[in-house]
Amino acid sequence: MMLINKPPDIKSSEITPESVYRQRRLFMKSVAAGVAMLASPSLLAIPNYPKPGDRHYPGPEWLQQMIRQGSNERVFATDEPMTPYVDVTGHNNFYEFGIGKRDPLEHAQEFRTDPWKVEISGEVSKPGQYTLEDILKPHTLEERIYRLRCVEAWSMVIPWIGFPLGDLLKRFEPTGNAHYVEFVTLHDPEQMPGQRSSFSTIRWPYVEGLRMDEAMHPLTIMAVGVYGDALPPQNGAPLRLVVPWKYGFKSIKSIVAIRFHEQMPDTSWNLAAPNEYGFYANVNPQVNHPRWSQATERRLPSPFFNPNRIDTQLFNGYAEEVASLYQGMDLRQWF
Amino acid sequence: MVLSILSGQRWFGYLRWWLVFAGCLLPLGWMIWSAVNNRLGADPAQELVLLLGLWAMRFLWMTLAVTPLRQLLGWGWLQRFRRMLGLYALFYALLHLLAFLTFILGWRADLILVELSKRYYIVAGLAALILLIPLGITSTQGFQRRLKKNWIRLHRLSYLAAVLVLVHYLMQIRASYAEHLFYGMLLLLLLGYRVVKWQKKKNSKISATNG
Repeated sequence: MMLINKPPDIKSSEITPESVYRQRRLFMKSVAAGVAMLASPSLLAIPNYPKPGDRHYPGPEWLQQMIRQGSNERVFATDEPMTPYVDVTGHNNFYEFGIGKRDPLEHAQEFRTDPWKVEISGEVSKPGQYTLEDILKPHTLEERIYRLRCVEAWSMVIPWIGFPLGDLLKRFEPTGNAHYVEFVTLHDPEQMPGQRSSFSTIRWPYVEGLRMDEAMHPLTIMAVGVYGDALPPQNGAPLRLVVPWKYGFKSIKSIVAIRFHEQMPDTSWNLAAPNEYGFYANVNPQVNHPRWSQATERRLPSPFFNPNRIDTQLFNGYAEEVASLYQGMDLRQWF
Repeated sequence: MVLSILSGQRWFGYLRWWLVFAGCLLPLGWMIWSAVNNRLGADPAQELVLLLGLWAMRFLWMTLAVTPLRQLLGWGWLQRFRRMLGLYALFYALLHLLAFLTFILGWRADLILVELSKRYYIVAGLAALILLIPLGITSTQGFQRRLKKNWIRLHRLSYLAAVLVLVHYLMQIRASYAEHLFYGMLLLLLLGYRVVKWQKKKNSKISATNG
């Protein structure tokens, strides 16, 4: 009952990570122990974490309801300590709202995320404009506690709320020519001060992309919430991608369009500095950024006298799940 | 009028000196206050290193602004603060490096070796700092007297240091270059002024010999 998102072409034994297996054991143990609380749905509900008074983003009523009805089976959860909520929502790279790490928190608070529409186009049988409600309706939200590794060599552990991207993409019935998926962030200079700057190295709107098999992978999710609440605007509300084995910039925020392509689409950072940022951007301690090492990372929050420096893991520690996607590929060439 | 009377007073000179001296410590005080009160965000180490570097650059630019401002605006009193500003540039630059080694690299020898040799922007910054050290040491009046004309020649290295600082800064451009452009233009003005002066001097010498 744990593998609700099993893809048809992979055996469950191949994709069940050890941590899930262990958690399943733990779960069964609790059943065996005859815990009476099992009957109550709260055991599997997404927890609503306590938050400081000035940081609370409940989101629209209907989304709150979906989150409360979500499941907390903790698929692919890491047991590393989570990065505190104030840091997850106060230290963001969202250049549409400024280049400082606190700029998104300070400049995104008036950002309108409801109502929201997403355009689906390209190599699909069911293109069109979908409201966020349409997008989310058939899916059960679940909590995924993932590591997030920024290309700038810092990292966090974040409890996202979302659903597998693959389940969403299948609904639009991609054609046989759909080899890549492109995502586009909202372009609205009136709301996004960063898009008004004449000195940006990034061309707006921000675009990202995935190969189809990466997009369909069960680890790849569309997130709508974090820490038991809706996504705050600075974290990419109302709809963002989370690809935990790639550098953070791949996990594009505030998505307004999903396009299916036969050819590899352009991606923003690759356009800005092709020698520094590749299309794949898989976390890899062996392949350094030209300007800094990727061998280690600082896990935030990083106190002064303990930089919290840890070794970076290949595919951000998700190698067991995703390494097969890149079999036979030279990861230095396809960085 | 009042100022010119005041500036003749010895006590006013002392007061002004101490005010400038204390004012230059304000950025550091503000950084320490912010760090202690958790105002530097989720990555305070990185923030502190960036702020120290930024202020080191600002003090170096201010040092280089003394001569043009004195000559263009006739602010002779500024001259007395040139050494202090230059030493503050060195002071903030040393703290910048120290904070980087301590708070970011945690004094891990393997990381330090790689960062200080292979990362070209760090190498450029380090080179600038190394250039500033002998300038700081020889900034005293004693050395000024002893080195005579060579003192000026030696301290022209600050131009090279400033260029290296700018390279160090420009090489870190990522999503936006607005501030980089601002500091780059300022340095262009500061060094451009000297080039123009030097050209004029050369021309007037030539015309003097011709005449």
